[in-house]
Amino acid sequence: MSPTETKTEKIDGWNRPPVIAPDGEGELLEVAMGPHHPSTHGVFRMDLALDGERVVRLKPVFGYLHRNHEKIAEQASYLASMPYTDRLDYICSLTNNWAYALAVEKLVAQQVPERAEYIRVILGELTRIQNHASSIGFLIQEMGASGTPLMYAFKEREKILDLFESLTGSRMMCNYMRFGGCRVDVSAAWLDATRKVVAGLPQFVDEFETLLSSNEILMARCQGVGILKPDLAVNAGVTGPMLRASGVDYDIRKVDRYGIYDRFKFRVPLGDHGDVYDRYMVRILEMRESIRIVEQALKEIPGGPIMDPKAKIRGFRPKPGEAYGRIEAPKGELGFYLISDGGPNPYRYRVRPPSLINLTVLEDMCLGSNVADVVLIFGSVDIVLGEVDR
Amino acid sequence: MKTVEEIKAAIEAAVPGAGVEFVPNPGPAAEHSLRIAPASAVAVATFLHDDADLTLDFLSNVSGVDWPDKEIAEKVKVTRTVTKTVDGVEQSVEEAVEETRKRVEPGCLEAVYHLYSIAKKHGPLVIRMKTANRSDQVELPSLTPVWRSAEFQEREVFDLYGIVFRGHPDLRRLLMWDGFKDHPMRKDYGEPDDYEYEPTPHDHVLARAHERQSREQGTGNREQGSDVA
Repeated sequence: MSPTETKTEKIDGWNRPPVIAPDGEGELLEVAMGPHHPSTHGVFRMDLALDGERVVRLKPVFGYLHRNHEKIAEQASYLASMPYTDRLDYICSLTNNWAYALAVEKLVAQQVPERAEYIRVILGELTRIQNHASSIGFLIQEMGASGTPLMYAFKEREKILDLFESLTGSRMMCNYMRFGGCRVDVSAAWLDATRKVVAGLPQFVDEFETLLSSNEILMARCQGVGILKPDLAVNAGVTGPMLRASGVDYDIRKVDRYGIYDRFKFRVPLGDHGDVYDRYMVRILEMRESIRIVEQALKEIPGGPIMDPKAKIRGFRPKPGEAYGRIEAPKGELGFYLISDGGPNPYRYRVRPPSLINLTVLEDMCLGSNVADVVLIFGSVDIVLGEVDR
Repeated sequence: MKTVEEIKAAIEAAVPGAGVEFVPNPGPAAEHSLRIAPASAVAVATFLHDDADLTLDFLSNVSGVDWPDKEIAEKVKVTRTVTKTVDGVEQSVEEAVEETRKRVEPGCLEAVYHLYSIAKKHGPLVIRMKTANRSDQVELPSLTPVWRSAEFQEREVFDLYGIVFRGHPDLRRLLMWDGFKDHPMRKDYGEPDDYEYEPTPHDHVLARAHERQSREQGTGNREQGSDVA
C-alpha cells in the first residue's frame, strides 16, 4: 500500500480501515499522542502503533473534556441552554446558537422576522470566515510555520470578533440568538463598521493566498496526503468542507435552504482529490463565497422588528413532539434533536457534533502515512474539542 | 421524497415480515418516524440504503432516548362484598367502590436514526428501534455495517445509555472511562458522592512498562534507553 492512498476494505461486511501488517523486523512502537500534545487543539489522544515512521494503527480516545452537556441541558429550561451552546464549538458560538434556535423554532413552529434572518446570515457567514481563517492558520502552524501565518489569520479574525463584541457584548461567547429572533438590534453604525471590515476581507484572502496557496513547502506537505475517497466520506457521515473537498456536492445551505439562504447567490466550492490541500483550498474558496453572501445581505437588510412579537418567552412549554434542526456550521452539519414532553425542559436534547463524526475517518486517512503527516491530517479535519466531547 | 407511509409500504414489500410501525409526531414539526423491529433492522437499513428511489446513503444522527418505567395511577370501579349490619342483622352486601390502582408501564431504551440522501438531496427519514426493557434485554442490532457514521455515535449511545449494539465492530465506551459502571444519560442516574477513583488512561501502558522493567532486571539484559519509567 502506498503511503498516500486511503484504502478501505470490506471486512465482515463493514467498511473498516485495513489491517496493515508490519513489514520489518522488531516490535511495533506504541505512542500515545496526546492528551497534551500541541497538535491536538485541546485534550485529545491518539493511540498510534508505528512501524518505523509508518502508522499501522490509530485509535482516537475521547472524553477528556466531557461534561455531559446534553444531561445539563435536559435539566434546564430551553432558553437556559442557549448560552451553554456557545461552549460547544467555542470558535463559532453564533452558528451554534443558530442551530439550536432553528431546532426549537421547528419544534414550536415559530416564525422569525425578516430583519432577524438577515442578521443571522451576516453573523453566521462572518463566523464561517473567522473559523476558516483561524483553522487554516492552525493548519499552517502545524506544518511548522510557527506563528506568522497564524497571526495573519488572527489579525483578520480579531476585526470580526470586535464586531461580535460590539454587538453581543462578548468576543466568543455571544449568546445572541433567541427563539423567534435575536437578542438586540444592530445599529446603523454597526452595519457601517461591518461594511468596512467586509470590504477589507477580499484583500486579506488574496494576501493569504499569495503567501500560501502556491508555497512550495505547503504543496509538498499537503498534496496527496490524507486522501479521503468520496464514497467513504458519505458512508462515514463526514460533512462540511471535508466532504466537499472530496468532491461531494452537499451544502445544507443549498439543500435545506433554511433561513433565507435561497435569496443569495453563492457557489459551493468542491475539491477534486480529497487531500489536505483540497481541504485547505475549499476553505479559502468558502471564505470568498461567504464574503459575497455578507455583502449581499448587508445591501438588502430591511428594517423592522428583530423578534417575533408573538414569540413566547415566559412559560415556554412546547407541545409534545420532536424536531431535528440542522444547519451548515463552519465545521459541518450541526444538528439539534429535541423531544418535548410538554414540560419546560427538553425531554431529550441531543447535539449532532460535526467535529466528532468527521473524526470517524481519521484512522482511514492516516494509515500508511508518516507520523508527521498525522498532525497535518488531523489539523485539516478542523475540530474543536469542546464539541467533540461535549 | 416519498411520504413516510409510502416508505413503510415499500419496506414491507421489499423485506417480508419487517415489522415496521408508523410513529406519528404530534408536534408542529410533523417529522413522523418508523419503528423497526430489531430482528429485521439490518435488512431494512440495507434496503433503505440501496433502494434506487430512496438512496438514503447518509446517516446523520444517532441518538439514544431513555423512557423509564412509568407509574400510571388509574381509578377503577370495583365491586366488593362488604359485611354490613342492617337493622341489627349482619348481611353481606355488594357495593361499588372507586379504587386507585397503580399500574407500571415498562420502560425501554430507544435509538433514533436520522437518515438523509446526499445523492438525491432529500430527507430526513427518522427510524427508531427500542429495546425490550431497560435492565437485561438491552440489545439492538448495530447499523454500523450499513452506515459507518454510526460507529462513534453508537459507541456514545452504548456509553451514555447502555444499549448494547450487536454486531458493532468496536463497542467500547466513548466518553466515559473504561472502568466506569453506570450510564449517565439515563433519567434515573444519580451522581456518586465521591469521585475519588480517577483511573489514568495510561494504566495499561504503565503496567506493561513495569512488567518489562522487572523482566529486564531479572535477566540483567538491560539496554540503554529502554527505561520506561
